[in-house]
Formats: sequence, C-alpha cells, structure tokens
Amino acid sequence: MTPTIVLPVVIGGLYAAGVYLLLDRSLTRVILGFILLGNATNLLLLSSSGPAMLAPFFGYAEPEEMSDPLPQALVLTAIVITFGVTAFLLAMVHRSWRLVRQEVIEVDEEDRRVAARQGMDADDVDPDDIDPNELRTEDRPAGKGNTLHSDVDVEEQLARRYDGFASDDIALPPTRRGEQ
Amino acid sequence: MIGDLAPLPVLLPLLGAAAALLVGRHPRVQRTVSIAVLAGVVGVSVALLLIADAEGAAAVAVGDWPVPVAIMLVVDRLSALMLVVAGTVGLGVLVFAVGQGTADGDEETPLSIFHPTFLVLMAGVNYAFLAGDLFNLYVGFEILLTSSYVLLTLGGSAPRIRAGITYVVVSLLSSLLFLASIALVYAATGTVNLAQLAGRLGELPAGTQLMLQSMLLIAFGIKAAVFPLSAWLPDSYPTAPAPVTAVFAGLLTKVGVYAVIRTQTLLFPDGALDDLLMWAALATMLVGILGAVAQSDIRRILSFTLVSHIGYMVFGIALATTAGLAGAIFYVVHHIAIQTTLFLVAGLIERRGGSTSTARLGGLATASPLLAVLFFVPAMNLAGIPPFSGFIGKVGLLDAGVAVGGWQVYVLVGGAVVTSLLTLVAMSRVWTRAFWRPPTQAASADTAAAAARDAGPENGPEDDPAGGEEPAEEPLPAGLAGGATSTTTARQTGRRGAWLRHVAVATAAPAGGEGQPSRGAEDSRPSTRPLPAVMMAATTAMVLLTVGLTVIAGPLYGMTERAAGDLRERTPYIEAVYGAEVDE
Repeated sequence: MTPTIVLPVVIGGLYAAGVYLLLDRSLTRVILGFILLGNATNLLLLSSSGPAMLAPFFGYAEPEEMSDPLPQALVLTAIVITFGVTAFLLAMVHRSWRLVRQEVIEVDEEDRRVAARQGMDADDVDPDDIDPNELRTEDRPAGKGNTLHSDVDVEEQLARRYDGFASDDIALPPTRRGEQ
Repeated sequence: MIGDLAPLPVLLPLLGAAAALLVGRHPRVQRTVSIAVLAGVVGVSVALLLIADAEGAAAVAVGDWPVPVAIMLVVDRLSALMLVVAGTVGLGVLVFAVGQGTADGDEETPLSIFHPTFLVLMAGVNYAFLAGDLFNLYVGFEILLTSSYVLLTLGGSAPRIRAGITYVVVSLLSSLLFLASIALVYAATGTVNLAQLAGRLGELPAGTQLMLQSMLLIAFGIKAAVFPLSAWLPDSYPTAPAPVTAVFAGLLTKVGVYAVIRTQTLLFPDGALDDLLMWAALATMLVGILGAVAQSDIRRILSFTLVSHIGYMVFGIALATTAGLAGAIFYVVHHIAIQTTLFLVAGLIERRGGSTSTARLGGLATASPLLAVLFFVPAMNLAGIPPFSGFIGKVGLLDAGVAVGGWQVYVLVGGAVVTSLLTLVAMSRVWTRAFWRPPTQAASADTAAAAARDAGPENGPEDDPAGGEEPAEEPLPAGLAGGATSTTTARQTGRRGAWLRHVAVATAAPAGGEGQPSRGAEDSRPSTRPLPAVMMAATTAMVLLTVGLTVIAGPLYGMTERAAGDLRERTPYIEAVYGAEVDE
C-alpha cells in the first residue's frame, strides 16, 4: 500500500486557510476558520492510521489487511464534538449580532480604560479627583456578576447607544468601529 | 473495591445532571438532587483518596476489555487528591449558587439549566483527572469546556456574550491543538494509552519527542493560562455570575496544570523543556501580578492573581524534582480552594457594596464585619502571610528551588518572592479601599446613584414606561406600544421587541422574567439588607476550608510528597494500568 499525497496536501491547505480565517476579526470568518481547522485536524487524526486498507470488519478481511480501526473511532468522537461546538458558536454569534448589531470581536472596555489611564498604578488615581460625571460617561455597564440572570438594563443601554440604527432584520453595515 | 468506586465520580454527576434536567420544573427538588449528587461524589472521592494513599495506584478497565485496548480509569494519589479537592470546592460553590438563587427569589427559575450544566462540568473535571489515555483526557476536557461555555454565557447578555466569544474561540483553538497532537502521538507510537506511551515515547528520536511534547504543552498551557497564552483569562472570567467565575477560577485552569504535571512526569520525564518552563513560570508570575496591581476592579484583580499564581505551580513542575512536584501539587490544592473562596467573597462584596470597583466601594468593614473577615483571611492566605497554607506552599516551592540551585532557579525564587509581595500589595489595596476607608471617600459621594447609573441609564422612573414589567407582558404588541410612546426611536422599539421575543423564548417560565429588570437595577445598589444566610454560610465554610488546609498542612504535605514520589518513579502508574487485568 503506498501512502497518498492527497491527504497531507488537503490537510495543509485546510490548516492554512483555517488559520487565515481565524485571524480575522469578523466572527463569521472565525467560525468558518474553526470549521476548516476542525476538519483538517479530523483528517490528520484519520490519516494517523497509515495508508488506506480494507475495512476493519471481523471476518471481512485478514487482520493484517485491515486499516487501523482506532483512529476511525477517535475521529468519529472528534467529529461529533466539533459539530456540537460549532453549533454553539453559531448560536453565540447570532446572539451577539442581535444584541449589539455587530459580529466582530469587541474590544474589552475595561482594558481600554486601564490603558487610557494616566498613571501606571491604580493608586495614582485619587478617587476624589474623579469627576462623577466623567465616571458616568466612561463606565460601561457592570457585567452583573452577582446574578445568574441576564441584564435587561444593559440591553436597553445598548439600544440607546445605537440609537438611530434601524431595528432587527435589516441589512446594516457590519461594523461601526470607524465612526467612534 | 477501587474498581467499583473509580467510575462513580464521573457517572454520578452525569446521571445527576440527567435527573436535574428531568426535574427542571421543580427547583427545590433540582437543588436537592444536585447537592446530594455532589456530596456523594465528595464521599466517593475521599474513599478513593484513602484507598489510593494506603494501597497505591489502581486502574479500572472499563467494560472489562483487555488492558491496552480498554478505556482505562486510573486512580493514583495525585488524581484522587484532585478529585477530593475539586468535589469539595464544587459542592461549596453549588451551595453558594443555591443560596443566591433563593435570595433572588427565583423559585420558578428560568435558569433550570444551571444545575445540570454545573454537574456536567464536574463530571468533565473528574473525568479529566481519571482518564488513563490521551484521547479520554481530551473528551474530559471537551465535556468540561462545553459546559463552561454554557455557564459563562448564562443569560446571554451582551457583556457575557462578548467575554464568552473570546473564551470559546481560545478554548476551541487549544482543543484543536490538543487533538492534533493526539493524532501525531498516535501516528508516532500507535497508542494513546498513557502507560503504554510512557514506554514507547522514549524510543522515538529526540526531535520527534520534543515536537510532541511542545504541542501538548502549548495545548495545556492555553488551558492552564501560562503566560504567553494567558491573555484570554482576565478578559473572560469577570463578567460571569459569581459562582460560575469561582468554580472556573478554582478548577478549570488547574485541570490544565494537572494535565501538564501528568504529561511532564509520565510521558516526558527527560525534562527537555524544563528551562523554557522556568522562564514561562517567571513571566507568568510577574506579568500576572503586575496586571493585578494595575487593575481597580476586584474581579479583575483576582483574575490576574489567578494567572500570576499559576506561575508558582509551573515553577514547581519545571524543577522536576520530587520536592518541586510536591510543592506544586500542594500549591494546586491550596490555590483551588483559595481562589474559589475569594471569587465567592467578591460576589458577596458586589451584592453588599453594589459594585466590584475599588473606586466605588468603601466602608464595608463597618457595614459588614463578617464579610470583612471573610475577605481578609483568604486574601492574606493568598499573599502568603505566615500561618496560612499559602505561606507553606510558597516556602515548600522556594525550598525545593534552593535545593536545586543554579542562577536561573535563584532568579525564579526572587521572582516568586516579589510576586508574593505584589500580591500583598494588590490585596491590601482592595482591603483599604473597599473595607477600611469611610464610605464618604468613595469616588462619588452617593455610591448608590453612581452604581445605578452604572447599571443603565433607564433607571429614572419617567424614562421607564416599558422597562418595568415588559417581559411579563405578552411579547410583541404591549411592549412595542409601551416603547413607542416615549422618546424611543424605531430602532429602540425594534430592539425591545427582539428582546421580548428572546425573553419569551429563552425563559420558559414567565415569572422568572418578571423580576428581571427590577432586580437588575436593585442589585447594583449597595444593599442594606443582611446578606443571604446560605451564601454567607457557604462562603464561611469555604474560608474555614482554606484555614483547615493550614491545620492539616502536615499530613497533606506528606501526601503530596508521596504523590510526587509516585510521579517521579512512574512505575506505580504503569504497573497499576497493566495490573488492572488481574484486578477485574
């Protein structure tokens, strides 16, 4: 049995395309990239059994003519896992789209705030110096870590922030990053 | 004996999750079921630990298949110890979550998925500890990660989805790397069984070994949040609900650390990458703690200290001596308990003070002295102040480091001490800000108003025509009409409609939706009500547990030394796996 060149080439191509897509900021592309990477990895797992041989059924072929069944069992499990996770990821991206009208990976506001601060040390900022009004405009809504529920008020604040944009199910520019 | 018990830490939570789903409409029954199940798991784990410590490692071939083919569950001292700690911490967090649910008055909770998902998470964690081959380790990881995705995005609000996407994408990438390295390991050796691999990997060329080792290390390094691969963690943990963050911080990264310990000792005992791991440990400690010092939000500070202290464990692993490993294992145990406890306390602080920002909080020491004690003790423990277990763990690690010697190790020892001091700085800042100073000094004189603004602009009653009860009403027409009467625009109305649709779909029980908006606003104000008793009790129990670790530090350290000895020897594990045939 001669090993095939097709599988390595396909796996390499899938990895390259997958990594390229994964590096994008758009979540749809990230999902596509993840799917490609997942398929490439599954193929890699499958090809770890060596060159293709006869189907590993008992009585169908001699043991030495069979291909190794274990990677096939592993890859089946891996495919199921990849599938389930992809479905979850899709649901999440859809939710993100419905919530904030964009499907790019967002900047972490807290990081931005820390980066924008003058002093290196949190102690350099005297809390008495902070203008309450400034604090109000600067702060993003808290994540509501103390509840197991979602934040309706955050939702409404977002609605206010994106005031002027048409509502659901209308084509919108994919990102507003440039306008800020 | 051990053959009958070993599958239970995985089986019980999975069956319990199924049961909890079935009784999802009866919250009380559901809570009882999940607490009973986890208590059972803790009992089984303790029994396993006692047996494993007395008789050494043992393995079970699931389904009675012959040994190299079968799926193996291996219980040795390390995995049994991890099972006990994970189970205990999980139980504490679950009780806390139940207390929170009761306090929020969601008898008819729309989140019936919390308990089943939590149990599945525990099953995944336990499975990862018990798995005797690489692929089942991967499956264990996937079980716990998938349920962690659900828990992290619970409720599906915008900040959680934002944080969740980063977390999910990064976790997926690490899982794919792990899977790819399994494929390569199998291609190189023809097995994924850890005990078999221990024999076969050594026969491979050094270059191939190094490649496989580094791929596995990168995959586990992402999960364990070791420095260059840790940026995802402080970004994604703080937004989740308090109990969820607590259990994530305690357990998930430690599963990665466990996997690193396992592969480094069992599969690659030559220590080809130990130098690299040392530098990674140093960078993890320093970068993490500097991040913590720069932050002003308690949850974020804690997330950064979490990253930072992973460095201690990696340091112990990189020393690759019995003493180093013993220190690392002790530190894992200590850190699981302490970090979970601190995140639970942060949840209480947020409840009491209305915020987790140190710029906002103040005067909590007089407002709630018990809470102050509950924060102070674990915080000092984390920083490594002498009587506590954090001190013992750090001294053990430093001691092991000095015993090895060499300039690189001394640099690391210095870095570890600096990290410990900076942890103290970060913790004492939280203490002075949130607890010690009088409340009037807080950023805005009226913390309540600031926090209410923080929560959302619609808190003014005149601005809230539809905000009050809308999810309780019939989804579309009422909500739309209500929204359109005020100054809201078409977009806002549309979004509101979309939200109502979502709420109607996502929350099966309308009563759950009713409380939501008002509760959301209420929560962010400092509460003068006493903190819910169950939450306080759970947190107190966890604090007592961390203090208890100090009390039993002697026997515990002895056990981690024996576990480390087993790991270094490698034969107990391998013999247990091959001996499993006789066992059955």
